[in-house]
Amino acid sequence: MVVTGGTAGKNPAAQLNASAMRPGRFLRRIADGARASEEGVWRVAGRVAVTLPLVALAFALTVLLIKGYPAIRVNGWKFLTGNTWSYGSGYGATVHTDGVAHPQGSSFGALAIISGTLQSSAIALIVAVPISIGAAFALTERLPTWISRPLGFAIEVLAGIPSVVIGLWGLITLGPILARDVYPVIGKHMPDVPVLNYFRGTPSATGQGLLTAGLVLGLMIIPIIASTTRDLFEQVPPLPKEGAAALGMTEWEVANKITIPWVRSGIIGASVLGLGRALGETVAVALVSGTFIGFTPNVFGHMTTIAATILTQLDGAQIDGTGFAVATLAELGLVLAVISVLVNLAARAIIGRSSALGPSVGPN
Amino acid sequence: MAITQGMHTHRRRKVAGIGFRVGTYLALLLVVGPALWVLLGVVIRAVPHWQWSVLTTPTKGTTGGLENAIIGTLVIMLGVLIMAGSIGVLAGIHLSELAKPRRSGKASGGLLRTASDVLSGFPSIVLGYCGYVALVVGLHWGFSLLPALIILSIMVIPYIAKSTESALRQVPDSYREGAAALGMSMGYSLRKVVLKSAAPGIVTGLLIALAIASGETAPLIYTANFTNAIPGASLIHSQGFAYLTYPVYTFYNQPSAQAHDLAYDAALLLVFIVLALLVISRIIVARTQRHSESRGR
Repeated sequence: MVVTGGTAGKNPAAQLNASAMRPGRFLRRIADGARASEEGVWRVAGRVAVTLPLVALAFALTVLLIKGYPAIRVNGWKFLTGNTWSYGSGYGATVHTDGVAHPQGSSFGALAIISGTLQSSAIALIVAVPISIGAAFALTERLPTWISRPLGFAIEVLAGIPSVVIGLWGLITLGPILARDVYPVIGKHMPDVPVLNYFRGTPSATGQGLLTAGLVLGLMIIPIIASTTRDLFEQVPPLPKEGAAALGMTEWEVANKITIPWVRSGIIGASVLGLGRALGETVAVALVSGTFIGFTPNVFGHMTTIAATILTQLDGAQIDGTGFAVATLAELGLVLAVISVLVNLAARAIIGRSSALGPSVGPN
Repeated sequence: MAITQGMHTHRRRKVAGIGFRVGTYLALLLVVGPALWVLLGVVIRAVPHWQWSVLTTPTKGTTGGLENAIIGTLVIMLGVLIMAGSIGVLAGIHLSELAKPRRSGKASGGLLRTASDVLSGFPSIVLGYCGYVALVVGLHWGFSLLPALIILSIMVIPYIAKSTESALRQVPDSYREGAAALGMSMGYSLRKVVLKSAAPGIVTGLLIALAIASGETAPLIYTANFTNAIPGASLIHSQGFAYLTYPVYTFYNQPSAQAHDLAYDAALLLVFIVLALLVISRIIVARTQRHSESRGR
């Protein structure tokens, strides 16, 4: 600081006054103010930004409720228990139920769609969880870094491939191969006992159907579960594993009794997150499921899911001049939203109980 | 007797161990194999008929090129980077730096964090439907860029916020304390010290978010639809907006071979974009690991 004036230093008030006059001090005051307000700007902007996900969630649920309300009133519980999906006659009379206009003969029961969603996601989970755990184990416990690192990159690539590209591959490449070489063998030789007889039957030529949809979904959620499981395995301390090995346990026993139990709830949480992703996946399922609204007699039959129905039925629903079909799609979306919110909350509870470290997985 | 039983158990355990080892390698093969199969499948189908004119010709129905879709996807990525990037990074800064921890010592923002987690798992098609009902129809915006950007941003903001927060949490507290001891204001130290050291992690999160946004289909069909026109300057009322995932989803069931070729061309470009983003983020991570003081794990 350069002292120029002779009056400075005697009277504090005068000093303050004089210093305010000096350009350096004056600028610094502005700078101080700017600093304080900069912090304020960060705080306000941060607070606004951090509340946006909540706002977006409220926006989505509100839109679904408002738009779907007429459908919820007219369709009633039948929507969850019935199995007819008919837009009614577009040329026939418009009838009113509870004051809601809809075409004559329109009737919506989504039981088959909801069950298709749960079945395909269940197959995906059954396929993906053991493969993910096995792959994560091979990457962390067995292979040297120089080979596990590039192979680990393959998991990232699989996570990054657009779902529509995987769907196209499932439709054009995987489906026909499975339908020609694999499904007939399974369909013919599966024993005729409960559960397994669901796997008996003749597949379609394209391979489109429940099993292909489940397998493609499984492939899509493997990266979520595998990358989290890999990170969890790396955090298991070596001493318990070495101790178990020193007691004469085989590799399988160490994995089964030490490593996997150590991170069990984290793996379960990641699997539930994968389940959430499978429930909401849209385009890939729309491509490989056959998008047939109804129950499938066996795993090879055409089926559909809630998400695929919302995607593929919009064009058809818009033909309904009363708007009732579009409202029904909102109700269907609400069912999916409620399921996926519950699944995500469950995953969060499981992960939160195990550790503060949440798995890093994105949306989609 | 006891010895033979022990031998049997020993053999069974040995077989189980070998079975487990083979099983883990098989599992790894079932992850890496399909990933390579999808990539090579797209390359093998797309490369033989590849023509560079695809890059410079707009779509005409189900023929022509993909210029409109390429520009559209790049514009969407830029828009998401600006919209979701700024909001997501700000939210991450807030969660890591600004929000005061509760008295119980737990991180604050329980409800907001839960909402963010739930949103990150929210079905994209349902968000797309909401965008269609509220923005495209409700606000009369029509199929256009802005509703698509808003819905895609809502999808990836939780991801960006989370990756930003974890990148900021890895900055040692001594950096912040040192900055404060030098008399830096909170905002200045945030900009010049904390954000700078967390930048690689934040940028990596942004790149992954862009990969997610560029590969989305379902919400875009509901908010942007498609058009043969090259994207213009208008955010709304543009009567459709082109992007690369649309031809992949719709052209496969067209009868003409040209439509199939175009679908695979679009798939190849999408895979190229995603791979480029992943490789760039990998390079950033590798470089920062080399330069950082503590090498981490």
